[in-house]
Amino acid sequence: MRVWPSVGQIRWGWFLLGVAVLLVWPVFADTHTPTILLAYALFALSLGLMWGYAGLLSFGHTAYFGLGAYVYAIAVINIGESTVPLLLAIAIPAAVAAVIGAMMFYGRISDVYMGVITLVVTLILFKFMNATAGDQYVIGAARLGGFNGIPGFAVLNVPGMPEWSLFGTPLYYVAAVALLGCYLICRWILARSFGRVLVGIRENESRCELLGYNVPAYKTAIFSISAAMAGLAGCLFANWAEIVTPSVFSLRAAAEVIVWVMVGGLGTLVGPILGAMALGMVKLLLGEQTVIDNSLILGLILVIVVLAIPRGVVPAVQGWWRGRIRIRAQRAGHARPRRRLATAATRQP
Amino acid sequence: MTSEAVVETIDLTKRFGGVTAVDRVNFTLKERELRCLIGPNGAGKSTFFKCLTGQYRLDSGNGRVLIRGTDVVGMRPDQIVRMGVGIKTQVPSVMNGLTVMENLWLAARRTHGWARSGAEVQRVIDEVGLGDIARRTVGELAHGQRQMVEIGIVLAQDPWLVLLDEPAAGITGAEVERLVGLIAQINRTASVIVVDHDMEFVRMLGAGITVFHQGAVLTEGPPNKVLSDARVREVYIGNRA
Repeated sequence: MRVWPSVGQIRWGWFLLGVAVLLVWPVFADTHTPTILLAYALFALSLGLMWGYAGLLSFGHTAYFGLGAYVYAIAVINIGESTVPLLLAIAIPAAVAAVIGAMMFYGRISDVYMGVITLVVTLILFKFMNATAGDQYVIGAARLGGFNGIPGFAVLNVPGMPEWSLFGTPLYYVAAVALLGCYLICRWILARSFGRVLVGIRENESRCELLGYNVPAYKTAIFSISAAMAGLAGCLFANWAEIVTPSVFSLRAAAEVIVWVMVGGLGTLVGPILGAMALGMVKLLLGEQTVIDNSLILGLILVIVVLAIPRGVVPAVQGWWRGRIRIRAQRAGHARPRRRLATAATRQP
Repeated sequence: MTSEAVVETIDLTKRFGGVTAVDRVNFTLKERELRCLIGPNGAGKSTFFKCLTGQYRLDSGNGRVLIRGTDVVGMRPDQIVRMGVGIKTQVPSVMNGLTVMENLWLAARRTHGWARSGAEVQRVIDEVGLGDIARRTVGELAHGQRQMVEIGIVLAQDPWLVLLDEPAAGITGAEVERLVGLIAQINRTASVIVVDHDMEFVRMLGAGITVFHQGAVLTEGPPNKVLSDARVREVYIGNRA
């Protein structure tokens, strides 16, 4: 008995098509831009999981993206080999989110108050990192660099082999595997009791509590998992850019990911991925000109989408497609008896 | 504490600022007992209910709530529910964006585990008669249907103590009869407290009655005795006339 249509399920045909496209892309085109789009997509996926399925909107999710980038840069400068820094870039944002999440959720803070707290955390990090110029702000061998950030750190390498750097196309494949892997993890989470309870919490938190579920624990867990994915995306971004600056904690970065998820579509996993890739591409293209401000165009796109298709692009397309199938089925259902009647009629002597 | 008491409150008091909503209430519910709490609006019965379920926290020194001998004051609602308590709230508290089956599955999953939850969902659908609406989204249903879904949610948890706040609100004649039958069925395996002010529904249940007035227990006893009590008629039935 299939009782959970509300969380959806993986469409293996579409997934394999996505794998095939990501696999053959480097054969036909440059991988530099697609690599950062994959990192953005992973970042949006992390927020889309938490916001779309658990109903938790973090206005400052870029804090964990930025932490992932900074932790990787600082750790790799001190350690040299990239395996441990990569793991730290996932674990430390997850741990920080677990602490902040536990404080918020066990303290019964939710909705707009949660948004304010997460945004304030991000802006504190932004202010702090901007104020770290000077020789006194060092962690081991890594200078934090203030406004100028941390440049020139080692990029990812094949685990255990520091001389084998993963840059260019290999980094693209790392980003592709990270995105696909995290997508599968999200699907796995949603297929388990944990994911279903999260959807229940999104729908009615107090009812879930009256069913005996420890709601703050569930919320803290998904907040931490989402931050881990955002940290991984930040690490990929740092490897792509080869520099980390406080702009990763900026208000602009915090807003961008929310726009990506809203435009792509809440309550889906593919929506945030496609939204981030499409709008990330628009952002990069707009960055090449100086006539119109980048943010104005993104804001305009958001306003148009919210007014025209408030659920976002992917849910709207899904709804339209299901509607077509339903209409076809209804027409077929009406047509069949008529054909049978006609056949019966022709058999009459 | 009485050895067979499932719920016992001792001098339970709840204040909101200067207003005393529940005033030193001593109440006992025995094993497999069905009890109705009645009273006019503002009598304190729903506040009392929320004190039992942990939705309202009691300040220290404001009495005790014992459920099977365990003092639940200070416990969160989910901790109280995990003891084996099923709760239906005054306003239907269901997951509107999910289907009826999904709502029931979430209720059954915590008590019965992954493997048995599907079968439990089917059992509840059959018992409550939700077959026609099982795959519909709860938010699309009428108020009375959502009330029945919430009763189903309580049933799916297989509780030994059931607390129902205004289960008959907004449901029609035939559904009320079905609801009375369901509550009697629940009462075969669980102790039940029903909070309601629909006198006809309370009469149909035929259970012991506790009357609340101004935050305190006015009287309690079998229905015939309570409903013929002049004080009850004055504060409750008289007010409605």
